[in-house]
Amino acid sequence: MQTEALTGGFANPPVEASRGFRAALNALARPGTIETVAGAEAPAPVSTAAAVLLLTLCDAETPLYLAPGHDGQAVRDWIAFHIGAPIADAGEAMFALGTWEALQPLAPYRAGTSEYPDRSVTLIVEMETLEQKGARLTGPGIREAAHLSLPEIAAFQANRAAFPLGRDFYFCAGDRLAGLPRSTMVEAG
Amino acid sequence: MTIQTTETEARRAWMGLLAKAAPARLDALLGEVGDLPDFTWLRRPEAGGVMVRGRMGGTGQPFNLGEMTVTRCALQIAGGAVGHAYVQGRDKRHAEQAALVDALMQTERAGDLRRTVLDRLAAERAARAEGRAAKAAATRVDFFTMVRGED
Repeated sequence: MQTEALTGGFANPPVEASRGFRAALNALARPGTIETVAGAEAPAPVSTAAAVLLLTLCDAETPLYLAPGHDGQAVRDWIAFHIGAPIADAGEAMFALGTWEALQPLAPYRAGTSEYPDRSVTLIVEMETLEQKGARLTGPGIREAAHLSLPEIAAFQANRAAFPLGRDFYFCAGDRLAGLPRSTMVEAG
Repeated sequence: MTIQTTETEARRAWMGLLAKAAPARLDALLGEVGDLPDFTWLRRPEAGGVMVRGRMGGTGQPFNLGEMTVTRCALQIAGGAVGHAYVQGRDKRHAEQAALVDALMQTERAGDLRRTVLDRLAAERAARAEGRAAKAAATRVDFFTMVRGED
């Protein structure tokens, strides 16, 4: 196993995981806000923000899907040492990591059931850039309207239409992350 | 392949020995070694529970024997060797020292450490096990059938 797989975890896990969790909560509670996180370094092409999310949210009981491009031995080794999450297919995963294009199509991912809408996937989408402009967001957690540079519009409108079922999204670029829960209404900005 | 298996077996043996050693004794023996290298943490010591599983007679269906507390850590010493430790109990210093020995056993100081630390730990453990077995053997009761009254 390469040394790269063994480094890059939290130096002080209780504190840094708490900060990461706070950022993840804030991002989902206030769609459109961009949080900055630090403390984790995963092998390329995983961004710092995605690494923090994985370390904070995933463990041995959360199957993780790696989309093509992010599915490599270095990333798998890193996840095995630091997280221990089992690598799964898109259909069984509770978390998925990849670029927007690589994660397509969205249909196989779990969207929950009427009895258990929480049994759905959280997609961690790697982006080139993340800005507060573009698609117009309204709904819970947003005072009037927020803007976020989403990769597309239609997919998130369909996701919202299935509420209370649906999938939740995190967008990561470098050390910045934003969230888009299934409750948010998305329109072209 | 064979070489790698032998190395893995040897490492398993010393990691097991360190995991079960008494923390105070390991500390004392490491004190005799002296001159321990600097290291960086890959995973700081953390305590947790693991489920110990067994098989009846070593071959039956696995069953859960019970939970035990373990402390684990991983570190890297100057030179690049990586040491891992999973030790009994919640003594973080014990885990740190076990990982340090594990890392040093992969360097040219292996022979030195084997003499000063591992061989002595192994001898003490064997002596303890033997003492216990002897104590048990002294109170053993054998049952004989003297007369069965059949003839």
